[in-house]
Formats: sequence, C-alpha cells, structure tokens
Amino acid sequence: MYYKLPKIDYYRPKTLDEAIRLLREIDNSRVIAGGTDLLVDMKTSRVRVRALVDISSIPDLRGIEDLGRTIRIGAATRLQELIESNVVSQNLPLLKAAVESMGSWQIRNMATIGGNLCNASPAADTAPPLLAYDAEFVVIGSEGLRVIPSTKFFVGYRKTALNPCEILKEILVKKSEWSGWSYVKLGRRGGFTLSVVAVAVLAKVIDGVVYDVRIALNSVAPVPIRAYKAEEVVRGKRVSWSLIEEAANTVAGEVTPIDDVRSTSWYRREMSYQLAKDALAKALGVA
Amino acid sequence: MRVNFTLNGNRVEVDVEPNEILLDTLRLRLGVKSVKRGCERGECGACTVLVNGKPAVSCLLLTVQVDGSEITTVEGLYSDHLFGELVEEFSKNFAVQCGYCTPAMLLTAYAFLNEALRKLLKPSKEDIVKAIEGNLCRCGTYPRVVRAITEVLERKLGKYG
Ligand SMILES: Cc1cc2nc3c(=O)[nH]c(=O)nc-3n(C[C@H](O)[C@H](O)[C@H](O)COP(=O)(O)OP(=O)(O)OC[C@H]3O[C@@H](n4cnc5c(N)ncnc54)[C@H](O)[C@@H]3O)c2cc1C
Repeated sequence: MYYKLPKIDYYRPKTLDEAIRLLREIDNSRVIAGGTDLLVDMKTSRVRVRALVDISSIPDLRGIEDLGRTIRIGAATRLQELIESNVVSQNLPLLKAAVESMGSWQIRNMATIGGNLCNASPAADTAPPLLAYDAEFVVIGSEGLRVIPSTKFFVGYRKTALNPCEILKEILVKKSEWSGWSYVKLGRRGGFTLSVVAVAVLAKVIDGVVYDVRIALNSVAPVPIRAYKAEEVVRGKRVSWSLIEEAANTVAGEVTPIDDVRSTSWYRREMSYQLAKDALAKALGVA
Repeated sequence: MRVNFTLNGNRVEVDVEPNEILLDTLRLRLGVKSVKRGCERGECGACTVLVNGKPAVSCLLLTVQVDGSEITTVEGLYSDHLFGELVEEFSKNFAVQCGYCTPAMLLTAYAFLNEALRKLLKPSKEDIVKAIEGNLCRCGTYPRVVRAITEVLERKLGKYG
C-alpha cells in the first residue's frame, strides 16, 4: 500500500439543503462528487479535509435537459453520461468533443462535470468549451442561488468564485447556431491524459465572413482562459489563411504559460500558436 | 460505517472506516484477489471493477460510496456465456503475457461487449481501442486484446471489412 487516506467522516445527504447545512456546520468539510481529483489529492496530501459530503445522490444535481432555449446540465452528471446524451451531441458538440478527450472510460464513468470545474485545474477540459459557449454556472449556498458567468468563475490557480459552503448546482448554456467548432488537444500521449495545451473554437461563418467567434484555451495560464484579443482579430473579417495566422499569433501573445511536469512555457506558447491555427482552420471551415 | 452491496450476485455487508477504498475491502476483507493493486491513482486500471455494469477504478472509490451498488469482478463471471467466449478468444489470441492486467482488461472488454450487443451497434476498431485506454498493459498485448475483442464481435455481429 503506497497511499493511506487520512481518517475522515463521510456523509451522503439526499437533498441540497442538507448538504449545505453539513458543509456549514462541519469544520474543514468538503464536497466529494466522483472523487477522481479529490481522492488523489488526499492520498498525496495535497488536500487535507476532515469530512466529505458526497453529493452524488442528490437528484437536483443530476441530469441533462433541453429547456427550449437553454440546455441544463446538473453538476453531478458523470462525464460518460454527457458523451452518451443526444441533447449534448445535438446542441453542444464542442463540449462533447472535449469530454471525449478526457480520462479513460473508467474515469469518465466516475468523474463529474461539476468536479472538473470546481477543481479548477488550469488543464480542466470542460472549461474551454463552456467558456466558449458563454455558459452560466448556478451555485447554491445558505443564502440561496446565484448565477456566475463562466468567464468569472475561475479566479486564480485552482480557485473558483465559490464561497466555502457553496455548491455548484448546474450549468446553463443558451442554444445558438454555430457553423463550426473544434477542440484540439495536445497531451503527452495519445489519449487519456491531461493537456499540454488545448484550444476550443466556436465560429459563425456566413458567406465567408466571420460573424462571431469564440476562442478558449487551457493549460496556458493560471486558469482556463478566453483569447479575447484574437477573437477581435477574426470577428467581422473574411476567412483567409492570413487571417488565421494573424489570429493564432495573437493567441500566442495572449497566453501566459508556465513550466511544469507536463511541458515548458516556451513549448506551450509555440503550441498555442500551432493548435490555434489548426482549431481556427477547422472551425472556420478551411481545413 | 455499515455498507451493503452486491458482490458478484451475493449480498455482502461490511463495517468499514470511511477512508477505506474499495480495492482494500475487496482484496483484504473479502479475499477477491483478481482485483489488482497498481498505481492507486486511477491511471493503470489494474483495480478495475464493474459498478452497476460499468467499469470503474476501485482505488478511487471509497467503500462507503458503493453502498447499494452491484459490484462485479471476474470471479462472478465464470458461468457467464459471453465472458466464456471472451476468455476463449483471449487465450486463442495470446492476449495475455504476465497476466497482471488481465482480470481488469477482461472486465472492461466484457462491459464493452455487453453494451455493443445491447445496442446492436457494431463498434469501430477505434471504439475498441478507446474502450480499453484505461487498462495499461506493460507487456504490450494491446493488439492481441483488440483482436480478441474483435473476434467475439465478429462472431456476434458479422465480419469487419
Ligand atoms: C487517470 C485520470 C485521468 C484524468 N484525465 C483528465 C483529463 O483528461 N482532463 C481533465 O480535465 N481532467 C482529468 N482528470 C481529472 C478528473 O477526473 C476530472 O477533473 C473530474 O471531472 C473531476 O470530477 P470528480 O467528480 O471526480 O471531482 P471530485 O474529485 O469529486 O471533486 C473535485 C473538486 O471539486 C469539488 N466539487 C466537486 N463537485 C462540486 C460541486 N458540485 N460543487 C462544489 N464543489 C464541488 C470537490 O470538493 C473537489 O475539491 C483525470 C483524473 C484521473 C485520475
């Protein structure tokens, strides 16, 4: 046995109210959903907690629904459920592509979308698509509900805008017509791996003109980011190779990558340029 | 804490500390030795079990989390027909070398075959490769494992072109 988990208390509330009460009343308590980040962090002593509040059996946190103009995804929905959902394939193909690149089948059967977002790793793969879709995150605490735009959710390295006793309840994405999308991820090996860099692009191209574009990346800054300057370069312009190169150059100027176990800052910046080029070409329909 | 679950069709009740992982409960308490200890952080897949029919890694599951679930390991599949065919193809194709990853590999492959047959959808070669991505084999038997799975599929759903 290499790892031993510290002594902990465990609660499995059936309702959100009960979960929030437990989080408020127990010092140093923490939500556990799929546990694929948290248990690794506890085994390696990166995170120390006294009590776990398992939110995976709370019905309000589960499920994927088409609400007409909006898609709702419960925070405790498993990644594999997203891949298998028709609602997701039809309306959020960019999110589906990103989730398909995550972990292994085993991990996707356990891991949740809310866990990926709340863990707030710079490499989180569900973040770039949701930033690109301009998703909204509904969170709940003892004061009630509030809505946080995805672009305000990640506030620092592994830090979110959630207060300690708040729970991410659901993700809302407004439906919109995109003519193209792409998720291009570079990892250390083929599949089943955290990214060195990943780029998500959504585009609305009509008669060769870019009406709207969204570009988001992970692993190139303390938090997953939107590349707003590069979006400005592309928006309103006629699609061309030189436009794509200019935008990819702008992306490389916007990122602030670091050296870590998976890669170096230099390589990440270089790859931001290359991957942005590939992702833009595909989403703009010139690949 | 008292935890009840079904292990290979039999109801079991264990009294465990909340920090006990399912891998330890299975190996050390219940004597299920087909579930192997590997990396203990979800990357190698040697400790895979089926939770309600779906592969999951037992090193990242607290035993208290599986209360009320159905857990399956290869011990529970000896008399299962599909599993028998899969094992036969593994042996015919020499899809085993040292054997450490094999029980877990078989479980993932079995769950994958079950889903494919239930949906009557013939998976692509890429689908097969992707399904076993989470089961590392340090002997490198992957091409043989893929062949073994493919042969079971061909027998059930027709030849691959
Ligand atoms: C082998 C392996 C491969 C992986 N591959 C990838 C990959 O390719 N891409 C990637 O992005 N990630 C990957 N991961 C990381 C991890 O699987 C994902 O981040 C996963 O989505 C986390 O979800 P979870 O439900 O397991 O989170 P948990 O571990 O349960 O929780 C993570 C954190 O979020 C908090 N939390 C969870 N849910 C909520 C909520 N609803 N409200 C408030 N706080 C909450 C927890 O308190 C904890 O701090 C991998 C992990 C492993 C072990």
